[in-house]
Amino acid sequence: MSLKGKAWKFGDSISTDHIAPGRYFHLRTNLPELAKHVLEDADESFAAGLEPGDFVVAGRNFGLGSSREHAPRIIKLAGINAVLAQSFARIFFRNAINVGLPVLEVDTSGIEPGDQLEVDLEAGEVRNITRGETLAFAPLPPVMVKILADGGLVEHFKKYGDFNLKSG
Amino acid sequence: MGSTLAEKIIAEHVGRDVAPGEIVVTGVDVTALQDGTGPLALQQLEELDMVRAVNPGRTILFMDHAAPSPRKELSNAHQVLRSFARATGAVASDINEGVCHQRLVESYASPGDILIGADSHTCTSGALAAFATGMGSTDVAIGIATGRTWLKVPETLRVVVSGEFSQGVCAKDLMLHLIGELGADGATYMAMEFTGPAVERMNMSERFTLANMAVEAGGKTGLFAADATTRAYLEEQGRGEDYRQLGPDPDAAYTLTLNVDVDGLEPTVAAPHTVDNTMTAAAAAGRQVQQVFIGSCTNGRIEDLRIAASILRGRERHPHTRLIVTPASRRVYLQAAAEGLLKDFVEAGAIVTGTGCGACVGVHGGVLGDGEVCVSTQNRNFHGRMGNVKSYIYLASPATAAATAIAGEIVDPREGYLEPQG
Ligand code: SF4
Repeated sequence: MSLKGKAWKFGDSISTDHIAPGRYFHLRTNLPELAKHVLEDADESFAAGLEPGDFVVAGRNFGLGSSREHAPRIIKLAGINAVLAQSFARIFFRNAINVGLPVLEVDTSGIEPGDQLEVDLEAGEVRNITRGETLAFAPLPPVMVKILADGGLVEHFKKYGDFNLKSG
Repeated sequence: MGSTLAEKIIAEHVGRDVAPGEIVVTGVDVTALQDGTGPLALQQLEELDMVRAVNPGRTILFMDHAAPSPRKELSNAHQVLRSFARATGAVASDINEGVCHQRLVESYASPGDILIGADSHTCTSGALAAFATGMGSTDVAIGIATGRTWLKVPETLRVVVSGEFSQGVCAKDLMLHLIGELGADGATYMAMEFTGPAVERMNMSERFTLANMAVEAGGKTGLFAADATTRAYLEEQGRGEDYRQLGPDPDAAYTLTLNVDVDGLEPTVAAPHTVDNTMTAAAAAGRQVQQVFIGSCTNGRIEDLRIAASILRGRERHPHTRLIVTPASRRVYLQAAAEGLLKDFVEAGAIVTGTGCGACVGVHGGVLGDGEVCVSTQNRNFHGRMGNVKSYIYLASPATAAATAIAGEIVDPREGYLEPQG
C-alpha cells in the first residue's frame, strides 16, 4: 500500500498535551469535535490547514506523556496518513497501532514543511518526491504489523475473537 | 542466568522463563480506567460485544480527573462508568475517593501482580513490586473483558541509589535530577528497577514518587523489590495478607546500571516545558510565581502534606501567590484532617480542595491565566498541561513548593524555610 501526501513538520518532544489538550477534556467523548483541535498547541494552523492524506513529520520522542488513545485517534480521524518521527514514546506508539494509524521511525531531518512524500509500507520506504530522496524506516515488530494489517486491535479481535499474534 | 524483577513477574504469569524482547500474551490481575480514558474503552467493548469484566473486583473505574465534574459532558462520562460498574460488578471509585494511582496502591496492587491502567502513571504501583504499566483505552478494554494482554518483555535499567538525603531534599528532587540526566526518552520502553541502600531506607511514599515518574523518562514501569517496608505499608492499609517477599535474582542481567549518590543532591526543579529541563531550585530562584499546587499522584500523600505543612505552619503565603492543596485520596484527606494539617494550610492562606487530580491536568480547579507561572508537585510541565498553553509550569518537591508559596518566587527551601515558626 502506498500513501501520498505532503509533510507538516513538527519539532522534538511533541506531547499528548500538544496533540489533544487537556482543556478539551470534555470533548473526549466527541472525537470528531476533538479532532478539530488536533495538534493545536504545537501548530494552531494545522487542523484547519491539513488535507486528507497529509503526513505528520516530527523529531524525537513524539507522543510522550499521557496514555490518552484519543491522541492517535484524532490524528487519524483528521485524515493524516501516517506519523513519521525520529522516535516515539512507547504508549503512543502502541496506541497508534491499536487504532490503525501507521507510525514510522525514520530519519526525518531532511524533510521540509510541504514536501511531497510517498510512503510504501510494504517496502519500508519513504520517498521524498520534492527532494528526490528515499529513506528507509525501521520495520515494525511482527506483532504490530499484524494488528495494523487487521486495521487495529478491535478489528483484530473481531476477526479472531482473541489475541492471534503468533507470527510466521 | 537470573531474572530481573520485571522478567520474574512476567515469567510467573506465563509459566516459563522469558527474555527481554520476547512478546508474550499474559494474564493481568488488576485493570483500571479513569474518566478521561474510560468512556472510549467501554465504547470499544460495546463495539466488540464484550461488555463484561472477567475479574470485576479488580476492575476499577476511577472518577478522579474531573472530580467533581465541572461540566455536563464529563458528568455524562461519569454516568457511563457508573453504569458499566453496575452492569458488570466492576468497582466504581467515585469522585470522593481520590486519584487512581493512590487508590490503586492503597487498596488493589500487590507484589507480583500485573496491572494495566489506561493512564500513563499506572507505573506508580511498581513501587509495590507489581508490573504496573499504562496503556491506551483499547488495550485496557481488552484486558478487562478477557483478563489478558500482550506485552513485550522489557529490558531493565537498574538505578542504584546510595548516600543520605540532606535536610529539605527528597525523593522528588532525586527523580527530577535523574530524569534530567537520562532525558525524557532515556529509558524508553525499559523497566526501571530502583535499588541500593538509599532506596532500602525510603518509605513507601518516596518509592511511589520515584515509580510514578518512571514514565517521564520513557520507562514502561518503575519497580522496587517488596521488603519489610512494603509489608508494613500493606498492613497499614489493612491488607497484610497481600504481601509476599519478591525481588530480582542476584545474578539478574541488566541492560544498563546507573549509580546515583544523593549526598549533596540539591532541591531540584524541572523548568518549562519538559520534565528533563532540570536545574537546581537555587538556579531557578527569583522567578515570580502566581500559583503553587501541592497535590497529585506524585506528591499528594500524607508524607508530602506533612512536609508542606511543617514549612507553612505559622507562615503565610505571599499575597501574589495562590496556594492550592489537594490531598490525593480520602484516606490522605482524613489523616491530614486528624493531624491538623488542613488547618495549617488554610491558616497559611491555601485553598484545600477535595481529593482527586485537581489542578494537575488543566480540566478545572486551578487553570492558569496567560503568562502565569505555577510551581507544582505534579509530574508533568508540558505546554498547556494546566489548561493554558500560555502559562509556565515548574515541577518541584513539596518542600520547594511550600517555601515558594511563602516567598512568592522560586526559592531553595533550605534558605530559612525548614525551621519551624510559631
Ligand atoms: S494527578 Fe495528574 S498525573 Fe496523576 S493521574 Fe491525575 S492527572 Fe494524571
